[in-house]
Amino acid sequence: HINSIVFLLLFIMLSYYLCSFIVLIMFFSLPAVNAVWPMPQLISSSTDRYPLSPRQFIFQYASGSSAKSGCSVIDSAFKRYFPLIFVDYLKKTEKHMYRTFSMQPMLNVYASIHLSFPFSVVDKLSVSSGQASLRAKTVWGALRGNKTIHIRHYFVNKTEIDDFPRFKFRGLLLDTSRHYLPLPAILKTLDAMSYNKFNVFHWHIVDDPSFPYQSSTFPGLSSKGAFHPSTHVYSQTDVSRVISHARLRGIRVLPEFDSPGHTQSWGKGQPGLLTSCYKGSVPSGTFGPVNPAMSSSYQFISRLFKEVASVFPDPYIHLGGDEVDFTCWKSNPEVRGFMQKMGFGTDYTKLESYYMENIINLTKTLNKTSIVWQDVFDNHEKIPEETVLHIWKGSPAQIQQELSDITLAGYRVILSAPWYINHIAYGQDWTTYYNVQPLNFTGSEQQKSLVIGGEVCMWGEYVDATNLSPRLWPRASAAAERLWSDEKTTSSVTDAFPRLTDFRCRLLRRGIQAEPLFVGHCRHEYEGI
Amino acid sequence: MYTARLFAALLLAVVCLATQEEYDNDILEEGITLTDSQYGSLWPLPQKVQMSTVVFKLSGASFQIVDAKESSSGASCSLLQNAYRRYFEYIFPSARKQGHVKKKTPASAVSELQVWITSADTECDGFPNVTSDESYQLSVDSPVSVLKASTVWGALRGLETFSQLVYEGEYGAKSINRTEISDFPRFAHRGVLLDTSRHFLPIKVILANLEAMAWNKFNVFHWHIVDDPSFPYLSRTFPQLSQQGAFHPYTHVYTPSDVKMIIEFARLRGIRVVPEFDTPGHTQSWGKGQKDLLTPCYSGASPSGSFGPVNPILNTTYEFMSMFFKEVSTVFPDAYIHLGGDEVDFNCWKSNPDIQKFMEQQGFGTDYSKLESLYIQRILDIVSSTNKHYLIWQEVFDNGVKMKADTVIHVWKGNQQQYQDEMSRVTASGYQVLLSTPWYLNRISYGQDWQATYKADPQDFNGTDAQKKLVVGGEACLWGEYVDATNLTPRLWPRASAVAERLWSDKDVRDLNDAYSRLAQHRCRMVQRGIPAEPLFSGYCAYEYKGV
Repeated sequence: HINSIVFLLLFIMLSYYLCSFIVLIMFFSLPAVNAVWPMPQLISSSTDRYPLSPRQFIFQYASGSSAKSGCSVIDSAFKRYFPLIFVDYLKKTEKHMYRTFSMQPMLNVYASIHLSFPFSVVDKLSVSSGQASLRAKTVWGALRGNKTIHIRHYFVNKTEIDDFPRFKFRGLLLDTSRHYLPLPAILKTLDAMSYNKFNVFHWHIVDDPSFPYQSSTFPGLSSKGAFHPSTHVYSQTDVSRVISHARLRGIRVLPEFDSPGHTQSWGKGQPGLLTSCYKGSVPSGTFGPVNPAMSSSYQFISRLFKEVASVFPDPYIHLGGDEVDFTCWKSNPEVRGFMQKMGFGTDYTKLESYYMENIINLTKTLNKTSIVWQDVFDNHEKIPEETVLHIWKGSPAQIQQELSDITLAGYRVILSAPWYINHIAYGQDWTTYYNVQPLNFTGSEQQKSLVIGGEVCMWGEYVDATNLSPRLWPRASAAAERLWSDEKTTSSVTDAFPRLTDFRCRLLRRGIQAEPLFVGHCRHEYEGI
Repeated sequence: MYTARLFAALLLAVVCLATQEEYDNDILEEGITLTDSQYGSLWPLPQKVQMSTVVFKLSGASFQIVDAKESSSGASCSLLQNAYRRYFEYIFPSARKQGHVKKKTPASAVSELQVWITSADTECDGFPNVTSDESYQLSVDSPVSVLKASTVWGALRGLETFSQLVYEGEYGAKSINRTEISDFPRFAHRGVLLDTSRHFLPIKVILANLEAMAWNKFNVFHWHIVDDPSFPYLSRTFPQLSQQGAFHPYTHVYTPSDVKMIIEFARLRGIRVVPEFDTPGHTQSWGKGQKDLLTPCYSGASPSGSFGPVNPILNTTYEFMSMFFKEVSTVFPDAYIHLGGDEVDFNCWKSNPDIQKFMEQQGFGTDYSKLESLYIQRILDIVSSTNKHYLIWQEVFDNGVKMKADTVIHVWKGNQQQYQDEMSRVTASGYQVLLSTPWYLNRISYGQDWQATYKADPQDFNGTDAQKKLVVGGEACLWGEYVDATNLTPRLWPRASAVAERLWSDKDVRDLNDAYSRLAQHRCRMVQRGIPAEPLFSGYCAYEYKGV
């Protein structure tokens, strides 16, 4: 297969436009050849194509591969992608198709995988007469490449791809507190994420409205704080199922336990945790953020996070820290006394800083790195340098300023503000998500390198299992390409439209309920209701 | 319990208005304070409800829906027998039918709902129409409840209401309060438009939405079946229309038996199917299978290769339309056909030398709306000759086309002031009118947009009582540019439910707080019955959607 790579290298330098031109030509020939989404860094496709026989096609580990049969991630990926490539293979009604193909001189195409050098994601895929090979330094790269083999109706084009992601952090946030999302909805989203090469599932698992995480240390949190203690919770089994489903697809699970605000539901199962709000000199019966004046608060968080750190294997935890309302703290005499004792005066941002500093340090002792919403930076808390800031608000100009400021201070940053896709609008709003330029801000090269990626957020006020999938896909796919592909080769919405239209039909074919971009049809329409 | 839990969730939603997006709070806080409605989960709210605090139980093992002895309807009315089974299963979703072993029922239980059709002609085997009597009286009592209606159409509406009165009491037992209801619709035409041309909608999706329409007491499915992008209607007379004009000639078409199935499914739920064959504009897909039907556009002195609206100057056009509408009038039993007539672009007509010549011969000058009128006039004559009435988009009225007195004008354009003025003008001319402008549900925005939908009222315009009476109703429109089977259902429900209540309930039913409470429960009921109706706001349903 090395020979064929040499043969195909000629195509690598072709420009994007020529490339999409070829794709367009193929679009009108039958069967259609589909474009890849997100666009690989380097791709060259020829019009030569080879038939694939589902009876003869095999995936196999190449002889030089450091991963061998028995590697669960790759073994299960082979199993998953085979039926995605040969969609109708198991359907009797389409048997006649194979006969048609066997009339042609049969080429035995197989894919082999080389794996070496862990901890880097670079993949190389080449498809040529007789065989295809995919080289990746890690299993995670191999997963991305597997998906990239664009084979449809048992043809594959002579193609050379050399691919790697532009950003390391390509996330998607689901909010399981404002509405409970049943496990199948989460697993399905992870499937769709992998088709889009997303690699972080940011699980905004708890918030004000409900606490569905079933803690083994503090079972009262969900038994009192969930919408329902047995039907609307995530058990430890559920959580580990999500984590392993994600792992097999090369996706990290980043849990968020947001505090000190956004914690109304915590208070139900943990009396004394939240600040009691006062009306004059008496408690009003309502509660505010976590009480930062009580040492018991930190003891509680410490025990909860110890559990969280062991349940979620990812080295990062999202600590939230956004939108802390000071009114309740101000009303509470104990909190005011604490302010005085600490010499904070009447500056409640100092109190907030004190709290965040404590829990970031506490997280550090658990060997985890903290990610926090931008508010924590804005309020000038002393933050350890390895902390990652997460931008979620502001006008385009404010976002650029925030990116400049945070990276100038030397912190790594994740961008979400332009990708709040819970905000729906009439028409083709995917174009605004596509046109985002994450590195378009004033700053040095060094600063730009601190932008580790971005994240699509699907907040749950108006979203539950009934409308999640069509609202996510293919709108999130626009951000997926922005985060994976080279911005120079993917700057045109016009070029992206036919590829994305095609990609959404492919998502549909794979059972993802992805909504249309505009008037038209898919060969196989969605079969549910 | 069901109600109580939901109530708790709603309270929580109030507490939790501090959201991730602080700048959206103005949308969320629009004066809604959440308290449970005294009317439980009833939607749309009946005209007259008297609910007592006396609670009866219903047992799946003993409860029955039966024909009353005095009823003029019996076992031979399969429409009602089907409805009994359907509603029994809605009330007892998990109860297995084990034949009705009549067990002793406790004193405080409802063991029977007797359905009593009072009119000699039950209309059981007929089709619903715009004058159908949908009124009913429901008396919930122990051990026997009675639903009285003059025809099967009222009985269907009453069965839905009865099923909405049942709730899960403590320990999951089905419960119902002693209640007296006297109900009838405010408007006769309560429609939903689905567009199967911009995207093809599989039969299953259409049927599921007809089901949801019945739960909301909608009674007209306006089937915008063909348009520019595709022609999925398989015509027996002109099969090449779908052969050439559908997205795919086999997988993306509605065969005659599909159409028949949809009409019957709708009939069994008291829903009319009004087909729309929109001309002379919106007909690009017609041109593919019917040569010379569309006007060839010119670029200078030669044809440009593109086509415009239907060619109004050829006799062949009218011969085609006569044969086509003759077929349509037999396939669709409803007394009305929607003829479209909207958004005719004159540029192509203007470019065509034959049409210019014709304009001159007719003495139309350069007023192309006169040409449009001539075309529409002839189509109206053709359709009248098939003994059908017609609905037409407002432009046809605006352009001064002469129409039969019973024509219904469908208002769809403009802002609030403009559509209200249009309603005034149309009714002042003595025509009946149907409103859709405020109910273009394909237009989505962030937040609780059901409230604006709910506030619009079709009789809010300047006019006499006689004019107001000419308002036959309204329609929620879900145009298909951005909608197909993947997102149609959650986009339509429960947003269309807001329209449903406006068209059914008394005009004074406008309390947003009360509506929120009932609608949140109604949407959970739709979810439990298998329809992915989206949430109004943060919260939960006891039974979440499982169809992922």
